[in-house]
Amino acid sequence: MKQLLILSGKGGTGKTTVASSFISLSEARSFADCDVDAPNLHLVTRTEVLPEVKDYFGLPKAFIDPDICIGCDMCRQECRFEAISCEGDLYTVDNNACEGCGVCKYVCPVSAVCMHDEKAGEMMLYREKTHTFSTAKLRMGSGTSGMLVTEVKKRLMPYVDPGDLVIIDGSPGIGCPVIASLSGVDMVLIVAEPTLSGISDMERIIGTALNFKIRTTVCINKADINDKLSDEIEKYCADKKLHFLGRIPYDPLVVQSVNDGKPVADLDCPAGNAIKIVYNKSIKLLEEMAV
Amino acid sequence: MLISILSGKGGTGKTLVSVNMAVVSECGTYADCDVEEPNGYLFLNPVISHEEEVNVKIPVIDADLCDGCRKCIDFCNFNALAYTGNKVIVFEDICHSCGGCTLVCPRKAITEKDKSVGKFEKGMSGNTTFMSGTMKVGVASGIPIVKRILKEVHVNREEDVFIDSPPGSACIVMESIRYADYCVLVAEPTIFGRHNLEMVHELVKVFGKKYGVVLNKCTDKPNPSEDYCLKEGISILGRIPFDASLGAIASVGGIAALEDERFRAIFNSILSGIKEDPELI
Repeated sequence: MKQLLILSGKGGTGKTTVASSFISLSEARSFADCDVDAPNLHLVTRTEVLPEVKDYFGLPKAFIDPDICIGCDMCRQECRFEAISCEGDLYTVDNNACEGCGVCKYVCPVSAVCMHDEKAGEMMLYREKTHTFSTAKLRMGSGTSGMLVTEVKKRLMPYVDPGDLVIIDGSPGIGCPVIASLSGVDMVLIVAEPTLSGISDMERIIGTALNFKIRTTVCINKADINDKLSDEIEKYCADKKLHFLGRIPYDPLVVQSVNDGKPVADLDCPAGNAIKIVYNKSIKLLEEMAV
Repeated sequence: MLISILSGKGGTGKTLVSVNMAVVSECGTYADCDVEEPNGYLFLNPVISHEEEVNVKIPVIDADLCDGCRKCIDFCNFNALAYTGNKVIVFEDICHSCGGCTLVCPRKAITEKDKSVGKFEKGMSGNTTFMSGTMKVGVASGIPIVKRILKEVHVNREEDVFIDSPPGSACIVMESIRYADYCVLVAEPTIFGRHNLEMVHELVKVFGKKYGVVLNKCTDKPNPSEDYCLKEGISILGRIPFDASLGAIASVGGIAALEDERFRAIFNSILSGIKEDPELI
């Protein structure tokens, strides 16, 4: 089994466009969407069966029983997340700020605090005849998205055969969900964008991936919107000795294929054809690694 | 007035909208809370007058005092402590800095040290006050940095403050809209854009915020995000056209409102749309 993770740093550069195309081109038997706080891969993936849905519970949240609370203020003083507030003599916990550490429960002299589980999202596992697809949706404003990413990947693993290529659509940024998605991955493909913002973000995600000593490759999407910056990205990769896998041109058919719910690689168009080249190079690199 | 700009989906134009609104507002404040991938500085080129490290507390175990009772390990809900080779090991990257281990240690063997997770910067770009945070590569959570920025924002609250939020809808986004008087949701005309707009729409409703939508990259083709706004009765603050010249300006860090009168007019009208929102008056 090989795992290929698609990342970008900056959002909206085309991770899901590339991931859905790779899934179609490789006829992937297992894939996952790890962008749990803005998942979209399910919108361009054929699904015929209903998913197996499982609730996701993050860390527990604190609850203060007003009948037992004596208003000593200890919990509010010790909470590092400013999650406890007091109005009059009523102490309450802000569930959105509570990280579930349990310090308030520990310091309460009268045991007025208990920790209770709260649903923080839903995981969906689509088990189709030809493939298995694991995805999830974090409940609005919940924390612990990194833990949910780990669960999404874990749920897929029992259905992965030793010879499979697993394609994982990642999330933007460089924080906990990205770090969680990197674990166990064989190769990262970064979808860069030739803008100053895109280059700045690409450098930060490359740093993050290399921290984990994972082979990191780069392609450029919408490459022709600024050829000069695309040249700079290619040169940056050469300097850092990263494999550069190709340029995907700006193509209005990409938006249309997304809105039709289809991977762009299924179309004979400039972007679709360029993605095929990037795909073939990725597969070649992954095969070399197997030897 | 504190205005947060968010989108759910990345790359829809949060930074474009935030920077341009801050510039047309005259004497406003731009605060970049996308600390994992901050980009506002590329457009505003600020002169930085203040820079500071943002630190969190990380436990330090005194091996001479520790008797291996493991109460700290049992207490830690984040699994940031482990006992191997007859000593307690701290996994600094997953520690949430709750301070629980220092409280539970019966031998007072645990103290705390500062660990830098990034930096906070403040400066000026023309008449615009600039604030930004940058998380260090490899750190898991930028929330302490966002909190530091917001602390500074509160000092400037009587001015217009534009908060450039991170993508997504998780805890860090929540932090950057928590104190907002108004939320601007930026959406693009794809089914991805619409799906993520639905998610942040739910988020601003949960928080009971006033909000409106800016439709970016508009063409003459169908716009799934616009359809959603019409269906839900969400007020549309403005439409930014899909325009090659706008893309060219933004790709090299230019500010559209300063370079093209058409775009200045669009951002001015978005800003006055917010100020005149009947829900606010």
